Order: sequence, then structure tokens, then C-alpha cells
Amino acid sequence: SLLPSPRPHSFPPPAMDSLISLVGDGFVISAADASNARSVVVMKTDQDKIMHLDEHKLLSMAGEPGDAVYFTEYIQKNIHLYELKNGVVMSTHAVANYARGELAKSLRKRPYSVNLNLAGYDKKVGPSLYFMDYLGTMKKVDFTAQGYASFFVLSTLDRHWHKGMTESDAIALVKKCIDEVRLRFMINQSKFMIKIVDKDGIRVLETGC
Amino acid sequence: SHPPSRPSSRTARSPPMSILEYNGGCVLAMAGKNCVAIAGDTRLGIQNTTIACDANRIFKMEDRLFLGLTGLMSDITTLENTFKFKLNLYRMKEGRSVKPETFSALVSSTLYEKRFGPYFAEPVIAGLDKDNKPFLCSMDLLGCVAETTTFAVSGTCADSLFGTCETFYRPDLEPDQLFETISQSLLAALDRDCLSGWGAVVHVITPEGVTTKYLKARMD
Repeated sequence: SLLPSPRPHSFPPPAMDSLISLVGDGFVISAADASNARSVVVMKTDQDKIMHLDEHKLLSMAGEPGDAVYFTEYIQKNIHLYELKNGVVMSTHAVANYARGELAKSLRKRPYSVNLNLAGYDKKVGPSLYFMDYLGTMKKVDFTAQGYASFFVLSTLDRHWHKGMTESDAIALVKKCIDEVRLRFMINQSKFMIKIVDKDGIRVLETGC
Repeated sequence: SHPPSRPSSRTARSPPMSILEYNGGCVLAMAGKNCVAIAGDTRLGIQNTTIACDANRIFKMEDRLFLGLTGLMSDITTLENTFKFKLNLYRMKEGRSVKPETFSALVSSTLYEKRFGPYFAEPVIAGLDKDNKPFLCSMDLLGCVAETTTFAVSGTCADSLFGTCETFYRPDLEPDQLFETISQSLLAALDRDCLSGWGAVVHVITPEGVTTKYLKARMD
């Protein structure tokens, strides 16, 4: 498989990225803030932090910008290579374990300072969501948030999430969470990108919510 | 424990959390009469935030052998995979299942191999040997084995667990009594630790089989 090259690293810097994901009835919704900012400067407000791994998987990234893109592209290309070599598409569970293994392997060599939410839809299993940490912590969850948003949004999701939410309910809940972040988080994250994955593939719901 | 604070005009800062406390969690094992029980909480946290309440840190290695791990969840998962792999090879080569003492030696050496860059995980092993005699041991993150005949503890509330186990433990408990005793010991210690809790699971291992029960605990 493709190998990343080593480089000296100091980490982790405070992650300003906000990621929110939740599982609904036959789909998973992923939202990510769309701002790219360093120190006091906002460089971009249409950054896409939700990578399409294949037709039915979304990998949201949060953390140091170089590592985030590099690591998720590395995962994306190796998933694609597996599909070409073996003729089968990897399941979400397999991709999550693969990504976790790579994070854990590189933790004590050249750590990647990136936190991930993996959202996927498999025919046999249905929708699934995996929380992954830069240390290699991995957990299958029903909903999750990364970054400072988690402090504001996890309790909203605890209160309003229930199993088998419809798409409109789930979008309303995600928007409620985004409003909470906008209201309470000191850093201005005005634009959010929302994507959804279900049996028919990936749809981009909003690019500048 | 905290270093003494010095007078300063800066706002007080608490010391950084130990890496073994980053995810939280605890595991406890107790021996009875021809039975053992292993129990643990199911919280997965990132420092003070709780991520999940259904994380598993007790793994079945053989029919009558369980491994519980506390500490950094990433290393717990890595070690779970490592031992499943090593035991698969062992079973293939030896043509039989592994004995608890042998497995604890395997765990100890696997941890000590990383002496100068260790896995941040502290295991508890509970099993029955072929004569249905209980086997219990706990280890530190470097693999120092402490084999006991009574109970073994590990985790963020290990100190509390020692206290509750010492209070409630009696020798030669039957499986039902053992389940009660281990559950009460675990819950009493869990409820005072903010990093552990959010659910608990107990496995009682007897010559007839293993019963798994989830405890109704305070969800905070």
C-alpha cells in the first residue's frame, strides 16, 4: 500500500474545526464548519472538510490542516486500492478499523493530529457512524461532535436524538446544533457544510448553511 | 497528586491529566468457589467529556479466560487485537486453548517489550484453569504481575476499588453471591469517580459457562 513519508511533528494544536454527525433512519448526516482560519485571519469560508471515501462513505476531518488532508487522502487512496486489488468495496466497519490502525501505528512514530468522524452506509448493516481520535481511539456511536463544538452540542443531541429519525427531523436537529455553536462559541464559524449518505449515495445538502 | 501551589499573580492551573486517566475506566475481578467474576464500567471519555456509554474493555480470550484492560483506549484496542492475533497463532500451533498462567506471562512480556515506550494499559486477567481453580492477576503498564487469590483491580478508581473489595470480599463465594459482591464493590467505587461509570458490565465465569449482566448504575 502507499506509505506516507515521515517528518518532524509537534502536536496537537487547538482544533478550531467543528464536526457534527448523527445517524438517522437509513442515513447518516455529517456537518462540518467551512472556515479555514489561522490565528486572527480567516483565509477561506468554503473549506470542504468532509471527504468522500467512496460512493457510500464520508470522512469528516478536524485538526491540523496539513495532517487532516494528508491522512484522509492517504486513507481514501488506500481504500480505493483495496477495491481495485480485491474487487470488493470495503465495509464502513473495515474502513474505520483500517483508519484506526493507521492512526495507532503512527502515534508513536510520526503522529497525525487529526480527529475523524466516519459516516457510511452498507447494504447489510445500514447506516453507521464511527468516532475517531488522533490517538487511535475508535467507537461506533449514534451521534457525535468533534472540536469545541462538542462542548455545546453533545447535550443538545443527547436531548433530541432518537433512533430512526427522519431526514427532515435530522436536518432540523443538525441546524439546531449549528445555531448553538453560532450562539455560544467565541470563534465565528458562520458557514457549515452538511452532507448526507444513504443507500443512494452521497448528497450535499448545504454548502454554506 | 498535585504539587504544592506557589503564590502567583497568574490564575491557578491544574496539572495536566495523566495519560492513563485520559479516557477513564476501571476493571475489577474477584474469585469465588470454583468461579471467577470480572466487571468493569462502560464509559469512554475524552478527558472530562463523555463520548460513549457502551464501550467495552473486557474481552473474552478463551471460553473461561477473560482479559480486562484500563487506561488509554487506543492502546486497549491495539492490545486486544494483538492478543487475539497471538492466541489465534498459539491455538493453531499448540492445537489447544491457552492456560491462564501462560496467557498472563504472554501479556506481561508483551507489555515489557515496550519498556521504554510502553502501552498505556493496565490489565486484569481472570480465568478458570482446567481443574476449575480460579486464576486472578493484575499488572501495571510495564507488565509487573501481581497474582492474587482474592481480587484484582485496575483503573482510575483503583484505590477506591481496593477499599470496597477489601470490605465486601469473603472467600468461597458461590456464583450468585460472587455476582452480588463484585457488583456492589464496583458500583460503590464507580459512583465516587467522575471518570468511570456511565454503565457497568459483569461477567461471571463458572465451569458451566459464562453469564453476562449489565448493571443498572448512576448515569453520571
